[in-house]
Amino acid sequence: MSETNPRGGTVDDAEIAKFEAMAAEWWDPSGKFKPLHMLNPCRLDYITAQIAGHFARDLSSRLPFEGLRLLDIGCGGGLLCEPMARLGAEVVGVDAAPRNIPVAEIHAAQSGLAIDYRVGTAEALAATGERFDVVLNMEVVEHVADPPAYLAACSALLRPGGLHICSTLNRNAKSFVMGIVGAEWVMRWLPKGTHDWQKFITPDELSALLRSAGLTPVDRTGMVFNPVQWTWSLSDRDLSVNYVTAAVKPEA
Amino acid sequence: MAHDADILIVGGGLNGPALALALAGEGLSSVVIDAQPAAARAAADFDGRAYALAIASRRLLAHLGLWERVAAEAQPILEIKVSDGRAGEGPSPFWMHFDHAEIEEGPMGHMVEDRHLRPALLSAMEAAPDVTTLSGETVASQEVGPGGVSVTLASGRRLTGALLVGADGRSSGVAERAGIGRTAWGYGQTAVVCAVAHERDHGGIAHQFFMPGGPLAILPLAGRRSSIVWSEREGRAADLLALDDAPFLDALRPAFGSFLGEIAPEGARFGYPLGLSLAQSFAAARVALVGDAAHGVHPIAGQGLNAGLRDVAALAEVLGAARARGEDVGAEDVLERYARWRRFDTAALAMATDGFNRLFSNDNPILRAVRDVGLGVVGGVPWLRRLAIREAAGLTGELPRLMR
Repeated sequence: MSETNPRGGTVDDAEIAKFEAMAAEWWDPSGKFKPLHMLNPCRLDYITAQIAGHFARDLSSRLPFEGLRLLDIGCGGGLLCEPMARLGAEVVGVDAAPRNIPVAEIHAAQSGLAIDYRVGTAEALAATGERFDVVLNMEVVEHVADPPAYLAACSALLRPGGLHICSTLNRNAKSFVMGIVGAEWVMRWLPKGTHDWQKFITPDELSALLRSAGLTPVDRTGMVFNPVQWTWSLSDRDLSVNYVTAAVKPEA
Repeated sequence: MAHDADILIVGGGLNGPALALALAGEGLSSVVIDAQPAAARAAADFDGRAYALAIASRRLLAHLGLWERVAAEAQPILEIKVSDGRAGEGPSPFWMHFDHAEIEEGPMGHMVEDRHLRPALLSAMEAAPDVTTLSGETVASQEVGPGGVSVTLASGRRLTGALLVGADGRSSGVAERAGIGRTAWGYGQTAVVCAVAHERDHGGIAHQFFMPGGPLAILPLAGRRSSIVWSEREGRAADLLALDDAPFLDALRPAFGSFLGEIAPEGARFGYPLGLSLAQSFAAARVALVGDAAHGVHPIAGQGLNAGLRDVAALAEVLGAARARGEDVGAEDVLERYARWRRFDTAALAMATDGFNRLFSNDNPILRAVRDVGLGVVGGVPWLRRLAIREAAGLTGELPRLMR
């Protein structure tokens, strides 16, 4: 835990190093990042529905997110940035691991998408005064050293009336079995040590953290893996392992 | 890179245009590349070809705005009678009878003639803003890149898209160029297809007789006409196709029977060699296959076009959902969703029709006894009969949204 880490943020250096080691095969759906690719449609269903609902956009139109400025924190190879750009959003992706940025840039160029990728942290970006309509904060908060400071930065990055979408893992016996034992030890979806169960956050804890950061939680939804169909789906009831939340920054 | 269209579709038969229309409804643009010149496709004289559209297929056509254009000319299939026959002996005492009154969805299917369906598709395509048709063009080569796929036409024109769809039949060039292998075998049979006019009303009843040389289907068309699909061993079929009308009718009568009165030929006769041709995969990098390009099945149960339209509806649904999420519609994991959905259904259908044909196209007395009992069992057990009706109507399995 290093509050005074050299990058000037609250991201834990050891956590960054782990992801740097994984950064090459981002876009191979059956490669190292298979678990993220499997989860992606489910995350995107939630994100697109929340943005469309909050900003009254029609997802059947060609560029429903045109005119919205969106930030993806911990953008990795661009698995969320590219879909958002394809739907018309003006997208900035930041990642604390420098090695991810060229990977993401090369892939965006191949896909014919203009995306502004930067090395950095939420805290550093907030300090520059940049503001966004939407902040995506997916599977990051369980990796940061200081969640309250991190979420305060996320909140500062939003314009009044902006939307904050945040997913993480619940902390309970089941999430230990599924998220650590299952995903890391048995299935080998993630390298051992990817997650620290102690850092997982319950939905109520996250709601409280979001409120302290000046955001108003408006939705929480489970993301559930079905081992028979081998797919993820959204669930109103089952938030026991993976879940995602939406929160709004009040109008000034 | 700005693509010419989201999706490039090779094949202007029925599945390709239907897919283009379904994709337009999902907000995806397409170019349909058709080897036939425009004039040949627009020809509207009756050539004897007709399709048995299952309920699910009819719903797809309704969603695409096509059903209202063909409904007036369509003949509902109210009953199906299946029996085992041997020329000169008449049908066996065991047979299956399926009546639409046993399921709630109305007629089990409709017979629609090619001369009505094809122009309906063409005019709907002309009206669709996101559909472009290139007629009289063939694909010379295709190339997959990281951000898209391109095809070079024989005319030298080059087109790019996010995804290339092969709707180009059982000898699909798209599949071959993508390196997708095929498993194919023939049955040594040819289907002789034609239409006949008859004296008496058919009452909306479809008949299937299992003859030693192959099945004979008599399918009701609007008015006092029926479509004939007569499968025979290759040599015999070639002879039948070569005959003049009068001797052809003489050959048909003993099998057809006299229950519809006097019969007379209508339109031309076509021969379709029968065989199973399965692509080893539904998809490759930025390539997807639909219809016969993915699975040419034995047309024994009239399921060829219905299975193709099911591919169309499933692919349009998968791609539409991917587009709305902002996903790359040509991405490997997107195409895998389509492939996984269709793989199981198709393998089951191919095995069922193949097995059915091997069992029935045979004069072996033991097999004949077995199938007579089998028909009697399916025909005699109500829930089994209802299941068979729902299967024939295309209402089983995981139905795409456009078919619900």
